[in-house]
Amino acid sequence: MTDQVYNIVIAGLGGQGVLTSASVLAAAAFLAGFDVKQSEIHGMSQRGGSVTSDVRFGKRVWSPMVTVGEADAVVVLTPNQELLVKNYLKPDGWLLVANDAMAGQLDNKRSLNVALLGGLSLILPIAERYWEAAIEQAFAPPLREANNSAFACGRRFFMGDKVE
Amino acid sequence: MKAAGGVYQVDLIALMTGLTFDLESQGFGDLAGLGCQNQVRSAVFHMQLSRIIVPGETSSRLLVSGNEAVALAALHAGVALGTGYPGTPSTEILEHFGRLGGKAQWSPNEKVALEVGIGAAFAQTRTLVTMKHVGVNVAADPLFIAAYSGVDGGLVVVSADDPGMFSSQNEQDNRRYALHAGVPMFEPADSQEAYDLTRTAFELSEQFQLPVMLRLTTRVCHSKGIVVPAAPRDFRADTPHRCPQFRRAIPERVMIPAHARPAHRRLRKKLADVKQWNEVFPGNIASGGEGDFGIITSGVSYLHVREAAPSAPVLKLSCTYPLPIERIRAFVSRCSRCLVVEEGDPFLYEAFRAEGIGVEGKTEQYRFGELNVQRVRAIIAGEPAAEPAPAKGKPPELCQGCPHRKTFDVLRDINCIVSGDIGCYTLGALEPFSAMDIQLCMGASIGVGAGLRHVLPEAEARRVVSVIGDSTFLHSGLTGLAEIIYNRPDTGHVLLILDNSTTAMTGLQDHAGTGRTLAGKKAKKIVLEQVAAAMGADSVDVVDPVSQPEKLRALLLAAMSKNEISVIIVRRACLLALRKESRRAREQNKCIEQTQQR
Ligand SMILES: Cc1ncc(C[n+]2csc(CCOP(=O)(O)OP(=O)(O)O)c2C)c(N)n1
Ligand code: SF4
Repeated sequence: MTDQVYNIVIAGLGGQGVLTSASVLAAAAFLAGFDVKQSEIHGMSQRGGSVTSDVRFGKRVWSPMVTVGEADAVVVLTPNQELLVKNYLKPDGWLLVANDAMAGQLDNKRSLNVALLGGLSLILPIAERYWEAAIEQAFAPPLREANNSAFACGRRFFMGDKVE
Repeated sequence: MKAAGGVYQVDLIALMTGLTFDLESQGFGDLAGLGCQNQVRSAVFHMQLSRIIVPGETSSRLLVSGNEAVALAALHAGVALGTGYPGTPSTEILEHFGRLGGKAQWSPNEKVALEVGIGAAFAQTRTLVTMKHVGVNVAADPLFIAAYSGVDGGLVVVSADDPGMFSSQNEQDNRRYALHAGVPMFEPADSQEAYDLTRTAFELSEQFQLPVMLRLTTRVCHSKGIVVPAAPRDFRADTPHRCPQFRRAIPERVMIPAHARPAHRRLRKKLADVKQWNEVFPGNIASGGEGDFGIITSGVSYLHVREAAPSAPVLKLSCTYPLPIERIRAFVSRCSRCLVVEEGDPFLYEAFRAEGIGVEGKTEQYRFGELNVQRVRAIIAGEPAAEPAPAKGKPPELCQGCPHRKTFDVLRDINCIVSGDIGCYTLGALEPFSAMDIQLCMGASIGVGAGLRHVLPEAEARRVVSVIGDSTFLHSGLTGLAEIIYNRPDTGHVLLILDNSTTAMTGLQDHAGTGRTLAGKKAKKIVLEQVAAAMGADSVDVVDPVSQPEKLRALLLAAMSKNEISVIIVRRACLLALRKESRRAREQNKCIEQTQQR
């Protein structure tokens, strides 16, 4: 394992599953054996306000917060929240933004958050089985299938993006 | 293992730890047995990604929040009772403690919660009392006196501070309370330290027979990190074995002046002893490497420092009252320059300077808000950096269909002067309502409204209405109601109690008026209209704001024109509370069905 620490910021609105997707990401990194910190502010998030969560993993992680200009990836669940968090991205970082085309490919729009994780999985050093395990733990059986397929869908979607 | 739920749980543990083991063979037969199926299932459900914790199982890594870590440590420390009042960012501690099987309960407010905790600690047990920072203001009276009386068992009071005010009305630094009241204090930086220092706090409290403060901040409470728990306390090995019992000690616990004078001297002696203990406490960590520019820090700032200055010598203080001054002096003497990096007030800085230790501090701009790596870099560089205001996110708003919306429509249309209070309904101050004029602290709506009524010219005075939520009314509105009944303004007063039968703001906790305990058991329900009538309100009405907005409007207009004390209970359940309730009912039914199938 190198000393590199991976920094990810996930942003959206209350109720969109920002915290759930951050937890899935943190759990996947945890299962893969990394040191992990996940930070979130959930004060008033229930009332539909802006929500962000930071996830950092690597051999040794100190601060739980991602520093401005140092995120390897920024994930945005609602396009209008992009402005809020774009400054976290490092110059060659990845910006993953949900859009209608992507949402249209999902059976259940509520799993958009997990579809974006599918995109993230293309750029992070976490093996697919850990993602699967993390999704399995996060969702009760009735929702698990939808989220598995959303994850796969997100992977395909962003893979296409990369190729184009 | 036969039952589906049980297999699921074991699978989960195996998944998270890479270990496979069987609950029954580990000696947790009762937990694995059918009797606990529901409990296990709901634990699995709630803990989501953190690995389920099996009491007695110790050797694995967990990914948990600071709040969950405190709860687990309390369980492992053998805490007999957890009490508190909800408040972000502290709320999840007691909820989690309850889920893990601890005895946890919400009190009507923080003062009562602490008093219950003190009582239990007088009976030689360990108790945990949780609250947000401003809760300590409410609980300060018993806190200060319990420092004098001391406790027989272990008493740990959690103060969850909110630098940056993510969900609070101020960013007071409660480290000053430890100094002021004279109670030892610990400041964890992350989940592992939250676990470890909670365990230490109970031991210290018991050893020195003092309440101990565990000071958390939002970032510590709500950040997840890895925790490797220690072995749970083995009560059989404890000497002397403590079991709950009452010891008569009138001079120690009846705080008349004749008893309090020696009690104060005892407290100062104990604190001197704790200081000696702290001088060699291994939880204060000196780390980092070479160089003669040293940094002293505490809490989450330590993590930022390690990243901003990875090679600087750092002294991280975990027990920040009473301070290990000799240890600090020795560290500083090895540096040519030493900087204090701390969030909030210059608490450490002032203490060191008062001891004649020549340290440097941060500039005033860093008293405000929370720190992060970027700000710590700027503090270390000694160059005040321009800090552009962060982009404004979408502000929170009342849920669509929230019953409070209807109430604020009416208040806005009548153009009331609204002396408000804290809860979801405070969002009535924002657009599209702009129908709350004042909000300070919990319970203040009634007294402040009365003050306005006493002095404003009559026409204006009549427009003043106090608005308070049900949980807040039981927290600290009862005495406000007593005040207006006793010292009635000439124009009387109008009190609206917005009863949505939950503490919605902090995540839907039950309270004394909901008829259910923290553990989800049925409880005696305090009926607000009976209380108001019994206290002597001239009129008490109950109205549903959603189905009867016109009636609410009529009642309000009538009340404003009279010189009476009118209490209007605006009753309609919170939407999210209803949703939670039906989910709970569905789960219960499913469990019953499955048990019957077996
Ligand atoms: C002393 C103190 N304790 C706790 C809190 C956190 N807090 C803010 S409002 C509130 C209660 C809200 O409940 P309620 O009055 O019923 O209003 P609702 O949110 O349900 O509309 C709590 C616990 C606080 N601000 N101050
Ligand atoms: S949580 Fe309940 S009380 Fe709060 S805004 Fe939503 S519906 Fe209203």
